Amino acid sequence: MSGGDIVLEAEGLRAAYGQAQILFGVDLALRRGEVVALMGRNGAGKTTTLKAIMGLVPATGGRVIFEGRDVTRWEPFRIARLGLGYVPEERRIFTDLTVFENLGVGRRSPAGGRAPWTPERLFSIFPNLAEMKNRRASAMSGGEQQMLTIARTLMGNPRAVLLDEPSEGLAPVIVEQMADAVLRMKREGIAVLLSEQNLNFASAVSDRVYVIEKGSVRYEGKTEALEAEREVREAYLTV
Amino acid sequence: MSLLVVDRLNKRFGGVWAARAVSFSLEAGELLAVIGPNGAGKSTTFGMVGGQVEPDSGAVVLAGEAITGLPSREIWRKGVGRTFQVAQTFVSMTVAENVQMALVSRRGGTRNLVADTRALHREEALALLDGVGMRADADRPVSELAYGDVKRVELAVALAAAPKLLLMDEPTAGMASKERAGLMELTARVARARRIGVLFTEHDMDAVFAHADRILVLVRGEIIAAGTPEEIRRDARVKRAYLGETGTKAALRARREAVAP
Amino acid sequence: MDLSFLATQALSGLASASSLFVIASGLSIVFGVTRIVNFAHGSLYMLGAYAAVTIVPRLLDVSYSPWMFFLGVLASAVAVGLVGVTIEVVLLRRIYRAPELFQLLATFGVVLIVQDVVLKVWGPVDIPGPRAPGLRHGVEILGERFPAYEVFLIVVGPMVLALLWLLMHRTRFGVLVRAATQDREMVGALGVNQALLFTATLFLGAFLAGLGGALQIPRVPASAQMDTAVITEAFVVTVIGGMGSVPGAFLASLIIGQLQAFGILVFPKVTLVLVFLLMAAVLVVKPYGLLGRPAAAGHAVAPEGILSLAHFGRTESLLAALAVAALLAVPLIGDAYTTKVAIEVMVFALAAFSLQFLMGVGGLVSFGHAAYFGIGAYAAGLLATGPLKLPMEAAIPLAPVFAGAGAALFGFFVVRLSGIYLAMLTLAFAQIVHAVCFQWVEVTGGDNGVVGVWPPAWAGNREAYFYVVALPTLAAILFLRRAIYAPFGYTLRAARDSATRADAIGIDVRSHRWLGFTLAGAAAGLAGGLYAFSKGSIDPTMVSIPMSVDFLVMVLVGGIRTVAGPLVGAASFHALKDFFMPLTDFWRLFLGASIIAMVLLFPRGVVGAAEGLRGRMRRRRGPAVARPA
Ligand SMILES: Nc1ncnc2c1ncn2[C@@H]1O[C@H](COP(=O)(O)OP(=O)(O)O)[C@@H](O)[C@H]1O
Ligand SMILES: Nc1ncnc2c1ncn2[C@@H]1O[C@H](COP(=O)(O)OP(=O)(O)O)[C@@H](O)[C@H]1O
Ligand SMILES: [Mg+2]
Ligand SMILES: [Mg+2]
Repeated sequence: MSGGDIVLEAEGLRAAYGQAQILFGVDLALRRGEVVALMGRNGAGKTTTLKAIMGLVPATGGRVIFEGRDVTRWEPFRIARLGLGYVPEERRIFTDLTVFENLGVGRRSPAGGRAPWTPERLFSIFPNLAEMKNRRASAMSGGEQQMLTIARTLMGNPRAVLLDEPSEGLAPVIVEQMADAVLRMKREGIAVLLSEQNLNFASAVSDRVYVIEKGSVRYEGKTEALEAEREVREAYLTV
Repeated sequence: MSLLVVDRLNKRFGGVWAARAVSFSLEAGELLAVIGPNGAGKSTTFGMVGGQVEPDSGAVVLAGEAITGLPSREIWRKGVGRTFQVAQTFVSMTVAENVQMALVSRRGGTRNLVADTRALHREEALALLDGVGMRADADRPVSELAYGDVKRVELAVALAAAPKLLLMDEPTAGMASKERAGLMELTARVARARRIGVLFTEHDMDAVFAHADRILVLVRGEIIAAGTPEEIRRDARVKRAYLGETGTKAALRARREAVAP
Repeated sequence: MDLSFLATQALSGLASASSLFVIASGLSIVFGVTRIVNFAHGSLYMLGAYAAVTIVPRLLDVSYSPWMFFLGVLASAVAVGLVGVTIEVVLLRRIYRAPELFQLLATFGVVLIVQDVVLKVWGPVDIPGPRAPGLRHGVEILGERFPAYEVFLIVVGPMVLALLWLLMHRTRFGVLVRAATQDREMVGALGVNQALLFTATLFLGAFLAGLGGALQIPRVPASAQMDTAVITEAFVVTVIGGMGSVPGAFLASLIIGQLQAFGILVFPKVTLVLVFLLMAAVLVVKPYGLLGRPAAAGHAVAPEGILSLAHFGRTESLLAALAVAALLAVPLIGDAYTTKVAIEVMVFALAAFSLQFLMGVGGLVSFGHAAYFGIGAYAAGLLATGPLKLPMEAAIPLAPVFAGAGAALFGFFVVRLSGIYLAMLTLAFAQIVHAVCFQWVEVTGGDNGVVGVWPPAWAGNREAYFYVVALPTLAAILFLRRAIYAPFGYTLRAARDSATRADAIGIDVRSHRWLGFTLAGAAAGLAGGLYAFSKGSIDPTMVSIPMSVDFLVMVLVGGIRTVAGPLVGAASFHALKDFFMPLTDFWRLFLGASIIAMVLLFPRGVVGAAEGLRGRMRRRRGPAVARPA
């Protein structure tokens, strides 16, 4: 999987909450135009990995390289400005703001003359949002909120996106819309690193997977290969 | 008589059932693990037993006595010790003082204005620390300890109440692998020796399968399976719940698109 | 009381509500985004007034028209906005992650600096402003004349609200401010540069404060006391409305404006008290104010206070005994002046130590500890001079009883809150006490206080009185110190370190905090009683905010992480103050700058720094050997 086209790379990434060490050296890479799933059971360290990449949890060791720049321990806003988007697990939409305003917070002009994301283009992917653009975000359902967080991040015209458990807690139809949205991002040339527990969802959207357990990567490979690896699945994903 | 009987506990947050008709029982000396995906209701269930969350309905009975909805400090007095997902200790105190505080509180001496705290119940505290292998560190500040050792201290504090029941929320979270095994072995040994019932949630399946006598699987607030580790391992519903029940259609469709873009 | 009178009363309530809203909205917005309670907001308001009395007359000389007047008002507000930007860049930016106590103290340092700068630039005499052209007449309302400018002010409030609403909803800046008020970390993760956003927010907040001040000039002259008067009211409005909520501030301003306008008819002496009582009541029912909400969890700040309880070894005990012996020898070897200073040092040492008991041990940041000191002083003074004419021997022992009762009453509410709301409530209660002492002239003597609080003949000379002070203060300090090392002190510290864990080992956190609050209040009251008899008088400065801040500074100078630090802090701070204050016209400037420097450079104080040094040396010599108990 080598190649010069790596957008995002973590090398030996370590992170802790206070004294609690969570990541014990995570290595992973994301190539241009690729969707990669970071899989693992609850508590394995997926969220912490994404936060450490984004600078939201300080890395205690290792490096994060985005588009050839070492961004380890940068402030999150600078990383975001370089073109890395982040969609948190808890959604964290601004509930006091309308849908339209939420999108406005995420807005940044794109680097390098691509067609920027506009609310209109986003509404074509997330048709539900169009109908409620002046509604307060607090009055939205969980699925709609999840769509909104993704749309909000896309407004920053990122070249790569970290997507934390996009399918969690969503009804089946919404999960499918979410899968479509991820594939659409891929078609737009955005590299996506998503964390998942749902194997079906990961199979539907990802090209490669990493399996993480107790804060380090235990398996990496093509998504189809993981589907064949019963033992890996049993050991790290189910009980 | 079972040590702990949880009977049809319900808890809703807005439209979400965090716990729905959750019932189980726990015997003295038994280790019972609660597992389940994110948001399944593990912490809520735990909180209802420990007194942090008030149930909408249902009952919690400890050794024949109803403790439903009591504040946690009173539940502690009835013999329930607990440890937290993120270790909660008194960071400005030494290891021994942390345990001594629990002993002082147990004997109702927290309003004493004159005694020298360092000398109170020290022998007893040291004995408790001995039990978790931390006696040698008794006079070090807890803030200096490795996280695994902090968790051991927390266990000693929880044991200071001579509890009948231990509640442990993700006891091994944040620890390195070696420490994890050690802590769980210790817990199991202590629990079996003193006939303490242990209710714990855990992400680390190695820990669960190595030490739990029985396992409850919670999904969306409901218990979908309960049984011995072997039974749970074989349960097809459990497997499905963990790998995700949704998204199959999307997977197929996406494949189609991939074949004919 | 006829209808027209009630109507004008309601209108004047609306006018003051308007002014209050303009100021408080700025404070609230700044808090929402930066999470800092900016004490200097009142100073910005004062600067607005001074800027306006300087700028507006010049502009009116050019052309006497309403436009020039309002141009001048706006220019003043912009100038103050730029001052706000400077404060953000120079100071606030460095303390966003500091504990609340340090944030409050640092911004209070700005208050002190601005006070002296204002005196230097504009002089001590109040400066009346010009009246607004075109609004100098009165209008008839139900037969009563009502100043047109007040009518204008009534309109200003809703106008500012509308403009703020537009700003907050129609501009990107406003949307970012609202988003950051809810979750500033997420705003950063979306690529927004927080530093710029915060600077801009400070501009807006300071602009509003300046505007509020500038608009006052036709009503009240610019004076050097405007800042503290307005800041507590602005605090109350933001706290009642919900910190960070602009509509909340509007609602609270309306309520308070009316409460004051009509309260004055019913309880002419205690309108301020009514306002603070309202605040206390609101906080107990809605701990985040009427329209406020807790912010998304940001970075947790570690507890500040005594982090490791040092035990005296032989050397330390010997040194302490020597210090006490030296102290007790002061009247025998020192002159009258030294004895006087020593008496005051002991009194303040007890007060500071009791504050440390609350803050360093209990983690309860009290911004109004002077209340209990003052209650003690007033109780002792009034019992001795009032109708009872109690002798000192009875009055002083009663001082801690009254102060303890006051602390128990206020503490009952205080311990229900935490963090910045707790600090604000302690401040509010202190202001209630201050208001009572200040306004209840028949009993307290108002501004002048009461004189003639003298010890009886046997304790009449300084030397004798020295021992009258020394014995109880030393005893009280030893007692409190003992309590710190006793289970009660450990329990308070346990609850501060982890309330969750304390609760899980059966500790009723609230009731222990309440007891601790009462105990600390009583000790401060004892200090106050002794102080009253040493000064021979009582006056409201003993319950003022600067007094509370002095106590905080003593703790800070000595070291908030140490047990004995506050004693050292009280001695050094008071000696310095006594020595330097007469020498300089810029005591406050000096003090303010020192506070800021301390917060930025030595947040752990003198004793803290010394201990750090000792620890470093010990580590160099080898690993610390645990001392057996
Ligand atoms: N704020 C926190 N403080 C302490 N421990 C945490 C915190 N957040 C998560 N953890 C712990 O870190 C581990 C990894 O968590 P996380 O990265 O959220 O896992 P995942 O996203 O894979 O479910 C878990 O054991 C969890 O308990
Ligand atoms: N205090 C709360 N307020 C609202 N919803 C809550 C609260 N606590 C838990 N929930 C919801 O209840 C459900 C179960 O949560 P929890 O018990 O924390 O699950 P687990 O510990 O298994 O991850 C989740 O949907 C969660 O969002
Ligand atoms: Mg996660
Ligand atoms: Mg949980």
